[in-house]
Amino acid sequence: MGGRSKLVLILVLVASAIASHILSGGAEPHIPALNPYYYDVLIGIGINIILASGLNLVNGYTGQFSLGHAGFMAAGAYASSWLTLSYGYVLGVGSWATTTAFLIALMLGGIVAALAGLIVGVPSLRLKGDYLAIVTLGFNEIIKGVIQNADAVGAQRGLGGMVQHTTFFWTFAFAAITVYVVVSLVNSTYGRGFLAVRDDEIAAEAMGINTTKYKVLAFVLGAFFAGIAGGLYAHYKQFIHPEGFNFMKSVDVVVMVILGGMGSTAGVCVAAVLLTILPELLRYVAHIESLPEWLRHVAENRMIIYSLLLIILMLTRPQGLFGAVNLKKKRA
Amino acid sequence: MSAPLLELNEVTMQFGGLKCVSELSLKIDEGELVGLIGPNGAGKTTAFNMITGVYRPTLGAITFAGKSVVGHRPYKITARGIARTFQNIRLFSSLTVFDNVRTACNMHLRHGILYALTRGPKFAEEETEIEKRVVELLDIFGLAGERDSLCKSLPYGDQRRLEIVRALATRPKLLLLDEPAAGMNPTEKVELMKLIRFTQEKFGCAVLLVEHDMKVVMGICQRINVLDYGRKIAEGTPAEIRANPKVIAAYLGKEEHDA
Repeated sequence: MGGRSKLVLILVLVASAIASHILSGGAEPHIPALNPYYYDVLIGIGINIILASGLNLVNGYTGQFSLGHAGFMAAGAYASSWLTLSYGYVLGVGSWATTTAFLIALMLGGIVAALAGLIVGVPSLRLKGDYLAIVTLGFNEIIKGVIQNADAVGAQRGLGGMVQHTTFFWTFAFAAITVYVVVSLVNSTYGRGFLAVRDDEIAAEAMGINTTKYKVLAFVLGAFFAGIAGGLYAHYKQFIHPEGFNFMKSVDVVVMVILGGMGSTAGVCVAAVLLTILPELLRYVAHIESLPEWLRHVAENRMIIYSLLLIILMLTRPQGLFGAVNLKKKRA
Repeated sequence: MSAPLLELNEVTMQFGGLKCVSELSLKIDEGELVGLIGPNGAGKTTAFNMITGVYRPTLGAITFAGKSVVGHRPYKITARGIARTFQNIRLFSSLTVFDNVRTACNMHLRHGILYALTRGPKFAEEETEIEKRVVELLDIFGLAGERDSLCKSLPYGDQRRLEIVRALATRPKLLLLDEPAAGMNPTEKVELMKLIRFTQEKFGCAVLLVEHDMKVVMGICQRINVLDYGRKIAEGTPAEIRANPKVIAAYLGKEEHDA
């Protein structure tokens, strides 16, 4: 059981390395051979998988309700960008040196976000459901507010000038690691504690599970990966702005988790892929010349269609796309 | 005589102006099967919640195996060797039967999060060990066939049984059972009595049983404590309790002499 998931992880890492090599056209790693627009969507998918499966640990497996995931992402994006911008040159200019500096920056981003997660994890010990959602939402706004007023990282002007280190490989390598960590945790006896906390906190305590530890751990891990995602995002887009990490961004991630099925990593990953592609697909439909004029007009209102599709999906499958898959698996 | 396993010394639990339990003293020796009975609202479940750390008693001392447990978090008390079941079943409803019991083995893990992530040979060894133990327990209680079903799909009696199995997986020295016979039919009750006695003998743990069903309590308990309005009104063997006028008064009301 342990060996297989590790093997899958290694295979995914190798596959994304090869794919990255092909996509990037080989020698020039930052000029993708693929249409840059598609490349952009692919990177977006990878980042969303990291965000959504990290949040799934908090909202899906541990049963807490965090609405502040974009805040952690911001913490990671700004911390890592600050490091590469200020000290990126320290290790030298060669490709190995800059890549190492980038990875160190990503780790710093993750750690700063994890610390933020630790701070938010504490109220989760006293609050439940809607109340916790409001506190995490507030925390998201606080992080945004602090950045908006921190001149050192560009305040309201945003922060730019980062070198584009994020490649297809790094994005999907971290996505694979995130999924691996979440899946191997929740499938171990150690990690079943998360699910026990979700199902019944009082019973979990009575069975010797330190519910405080598990709740805080879920927040810290979820935030850590959000920080990594933020670092990847910052070093792909090369420009970040506090408004990019607002409440709506948090909601986007929550929607992926709910749509995919709380507590189903497979479902959440599929939802991350679908919800990244869907708005772009509608954009594409709006520009197909051969379609009738009215249909293109309809497709132009893509955000409305997107919302409608979400509502329909939630009405027809309230447990999420893959909500039942994990349960079936257990029965087999 | 050796010190008792669990000792409550004049324990009082007060919620605002309401004294749910007052000056309750109770002793349980190792391996003993003790009953705690009383009419509705007498404070039995409150006593349970104080012993397991859900509530912190307002006054008084609770010692388990010679050490105070007052003020400790429930999971720590469980780690010291007190396990419980709940009056209204509290299984982990989205987990399978196997996982419910496996979760209770969580606190015995020698290795932490890093082992779960690196999944090395030590991790595999420990998981296999836990699996073996869980299956063994399920087997003893006749639930092995339901190993992979969701616990909420089990019949009521099996759910009660599963709660006991789950509590036993924490390797308790003292098992607290809160109304295990509630909602059972007479046949199931007989089965339950056998099961409790079997548990006490096989696992060598002391049992404190809260129960409304007199047949069950009188049938298996070595000693019975009776609570009424938060006070202990009697203690003794089943035969003594049956004959105690105070107990009869608490349950049936006082006899009134008509003029």
